[in-house]
Amino acid sequence: MKGSLIIVSFFALGVWFGLLNWIPSEWFSGDVSFYALCGLMFCVGLSIGHNPQTIHNFRTLNPRLMLLPICTILGTLSAALLISLVLPHRTIPECMAVGSGFGYYSLSSIFITEYKGAELGTVALLSNIAREIITLLCAPLMVRWFGNLAPISSGGATTMDTTLPIITQTAGQKYVIVSIFHGFVVDFSVPFLVTFFCSI
Amino acid sequence: MFIVIGIMFAGIGIGYLLRRQSLPWINKTITVLIWLLLFLLGLEVGYHEEIIRSLPTLGVEAFTIAIGCTGGSCMAAWWLWKHVNKRKGEEA
Repeated sequence: MKGSLIIVSFFALGVWFGLLNWIPSEWFSGDVSFYALCGLMFCVGLSIGHNPQTIHNFRTLNPRLMLLPICTILGTLSAALLISLVLPHRTIPECMAVGSGFGYYSLSSIFITEYKGAELGTVALLSNIAREIITLLCAPLMVRWFGNLAPISSGGATTMDTTLPIITQTAGQKYVIVSIFHGFVVDFSVPFLVTFFCSI
Repeated sequence: MFIVIGIMFAGIGIGYLLRRQSLPWINKTITVLIWLLLFLLGLEVGYHEEIIRSLPTLGVEAFTIAIGCTGGSCMAAWWLWKHVNKRKGEEA
């Protein structure tokens, strides 16, 4: 939660600076954010490759539960498709690109800004922050209504870090490995799916 | 567009080669780059007054998509949950 507040503050600070024109817009043309994005993805790659133990631990998982990330992705994308029908200003791929953030608001909003501009990037940021908050707040209800896997699915890409504590509290300690596996796979799918839906 | 994903794979490869060395700075660097990029996204929004004006609409859209997507994934998880439990029942 603290991490998300800091991130939102940086976003708000940027809006403030931009509004008052404290930093001339020529200083930051698209290039700076593109190089920063490349640096970010390189570091994300480094941290995945550097820790093969995580992938090793997944071997103990119930094979049927390995389907959970696929359920999350299909459930989210079909919902995004339906939602696009009630949002007249948004096309189907735009809604699906925002949905493919799976709560990973930092990365998805950065990617979408890069490909589709700051307006849809802002929608992606707000929407994916909302997804994380909804999961944190509603996890107990989700377990009651939709079973123990629901808060993991709802948490999307965040289930290996920010929403892991609430998942173990509501679904049970038993689901830690599923949750980490799920977060890992969904996390990994974000750059691919977002790029895909931004390019069609 | 796919350059960025290629760079991630290069990172995975190099990270794997360096797996015996400790790289304590990675997570800190990731955090700082995310801060920088979100600040830049904010700047971009601040420069465009029309985005600021439409923030309430964008917020409603964002929330609608978020509710829909959490709902959709809960339904999918519910389906898998029933399926997994049914199989367990048959085996018992």
